Amino acid sequence: MKLIAAMSGGVDSAVAAARAVEAGHDVIGVHLALAANPQKYRSGARGCCTIEDSHDARRAADVIGIPFYIWDMAEEFHDGVVEDFLSEYAAGRTPNPCLRCNEKIKFAAVLDRARSMGFDGVVTGHYARTQISESGKTLHRAIDHSKDQSYVLSVLTVEQIAGAIFPLGDTTKVDIRKEAEARGLAVAQKPDSHDICFVPSGDNAGWLRDRLGSETGPIVDQDGNKIGEHKGAYTYTIGQRKGLGLTVPTSDGSPRFVLKIEPVSNTVVVGPREDLAITTMRGERPVWCGPQVSGEAHEGFVQVRAHGAALPCTYYFDGTLLVAELKEPLLGLATGQAMVIYDGDRVVGSATICQTE
Amino acid sequence: MSPAAFKAISSQMQVLGNPSSLHTHGRSTRKSLEDAREAIARQVNCLPSEVIFTASGTEANNIALKGLFWQGKAHGKNIVVISAIEHHAILDPAQWLADHEGADLITVDVTADGVIDLNSLEEIINKHRNEIAVISVMHANNETGTLQPISEVVALAGEIPVHTDAVQSFKKTPLSFADLGVYAMTLSAHKIGGPLGIGALLLRRAVEIPALLHGGGQEREIRSGTLNAPSIVAFAAAAEDNYPRENVIALRDQFISAVETLFPDVIVNGKNAERLPGIVNITFPGTQSDTLLLLLDSAQVSASTGSACSAGVHEASHVLLAMGHTEESAQSSLRFSFGSTSTKADLDFIVSVLPDVIMRGRAANLK
Repeated sequence: MKLIAAMSGGVDSAVAAARAVEAGHDVIGVHLALAANPQKYRSGARGCCTIEDSHDARRAADVIGIPFYIWDMAEEFHDGVVEDFLSEYAAGRTPNPCLRCNEKIKFAAVLDRARSMGFDGVVTGHYARTQISESGKTLHRAIDHSKDQSYVLSVLTVEQIAGAIFPLGDTTKVDIRKEAEARGLAVAQKPDSHDICFVPSGDNAGWLRDRLGSETGPIVDQDGNKIGEHKGAYTYTIGQRKGLGLTVPTSDGSPRFVLKIEPVSNTVVVGPREDLAITTMRGERPVWCGPQVSGEAHEGFVQVRAHGAALPCTYYFDGTLLVAELKEPLLGLATGQAMVIYDGDRVVGSATICQTE
Repeated sequence: MSPAAFKAISSQMQVLGNPSSLHTHGRSTRKSLEDAREAIARQVNCLPSEVIFTASGTEANNIALKGLFWQGKAHGKNIVVISAIEHHAILDPAQWLADHEGADLITVDVTADGVIDLNSLEEIINKHRNEIAVISVMHANNETGTLQPISEVVALAGEIPVHTDAVQSFKKTPLSFADLGVYAMTLSAHKIGGPLGIGALLLRRAVEIPALLHGGGQEREIRSGTLNAPSIVAFAAAAEDNYPRENVIALRDQFISAVETLFPDVIVNGKNAERLPGIVNITFPGTQSDTLLLLLDSAQVSASTGSACSAGVHEASHVLLAMGHTEESAQSSLRFSFGSTSTKADLDFIVSVLPDVIMRGRAANLK
């Protein structure tokens, strides 16, 4: 096949490209320039937006022996990922930008462009697997569960999965580093990227405050009594206990947790731990990674964070919303996060959480 | 590299001796190096003593622009004048002078065909004659090949020092340092079939400018550093090669007419201006040039987009923007270069792959 390998400059995508070449594919390396104003040199290898990262990607492509180009996706990234991140927080929800990037950039803009140019698919260094079954190509967890990235890939449609190649899903990260070393790739020991690539300081709250302002507002209990003041509602997360700066203690001295963020009234609602517990979640805009889920109840698992646990549940699709009913209560779930349904290690689909109870 | 240049660099590399040494080996290398200096001087009609070897055209541009600015500044002249279509090797040092040395930078517009607007230049000179330290206008543009009216620029400038970056023009079109009357001119070896990493600044005798590099003063106190004798003799060998100007012009014109027949909506940039033989810049509406470059590269055809930023992101060419293009149409343009080794078979091959490339490029256009 003729493939585009998306190369971030990190070890995973470099080994993925090398494996695709070795499997006999005709591969071209592409680095996606996602920042409108790439940081200066030597500002550290964080995320995938620095100039040094693009040099690392180029060097890896040269060592592997494939052509290499840079595609400017800064505008698409800004509109589809950064703006979405901001507006979700402004609306009191907690988005996952990596998921949005896979949905709108890597397997949409890039895959579309690649297909128009005559390529068959896109190779990435994600830790996930695909399998061919009777119902087509399906998406599965990686062997290395600690590195599994199927959660952030759960926004891919069947058609997008058909054009996605994940060569690393059958290997542990430790072995990928060893393999990179053996292949002579200088990025073999490059540190993993963490956090959000477009927040170079790593200070998400500060980054949001700079862009959304830091209008103070009330922190109230469940009866609406004001018991404190916050410095910008979106810098809080559901389930947060520390850093609330509350001066009015509860009658029994038990701690309070953030239960709700109300952006319109700029209010943060706090309450006891047990009120964080939810047993049902509903998600909008479902995406099916295989056959569409029916209205009948199915047994499976739901995951609500990129590296969170797989929670046993019953799930069904009510025609509009994807619903998961948990076997055990879950504490602290924010709307805006993705709920991803698994059938064993197969990704069934995902939706954006809009209601919990 | 041209066979003559390759032969020259190979044999000189086996010769012992630093040209600055006074012993027999040093004198022998010095002789080869001075032969090379004279050969280059003959090719560009200057005095051998006016040739200052540098490690690149960029370095020569920096020495000329900064040196002439500092010399003028010492006499109260603080303005640097350049054209809007200069190479980054002039744009960037000019901007540096503005940012760090307090220079006032004036950029002169170009016409739709990419030629400096002499009326604007004349107005600027009339208004600021006693304040201009240096004028730098390239001899031919690297993206479109358009020739610039340097003699007219010099005539308008009068006593004001004029520098011209002639990297693209040397050997491709008649070029005479003495006849043009410029103070300084930049040349580079790799554009004429010589090695990478060797250039020359031609600086009129009796012009004293401050040096950028200090440490031995090997090149008439203007440039220090051990002279790269193997590259210099290869530079001279390439300069003495014959450039098949008429053949290249014929190929270029056949290429343009073939492309215009295939795609009637293309724009050949600078078409109405006098141009270098080997450069064609074409706008293909509805495409993105980085996509076209990738597809052509896959088909074994090497074309160029305008420029890329330090992160490698393709940017709209400042040259095409100065000629009146929009960001979008500038980003739909490619440069094709033909050289002394190009053949009719090469041309036919490009023309055979272009329809598929342009079709896919249009399909993949996201904008």
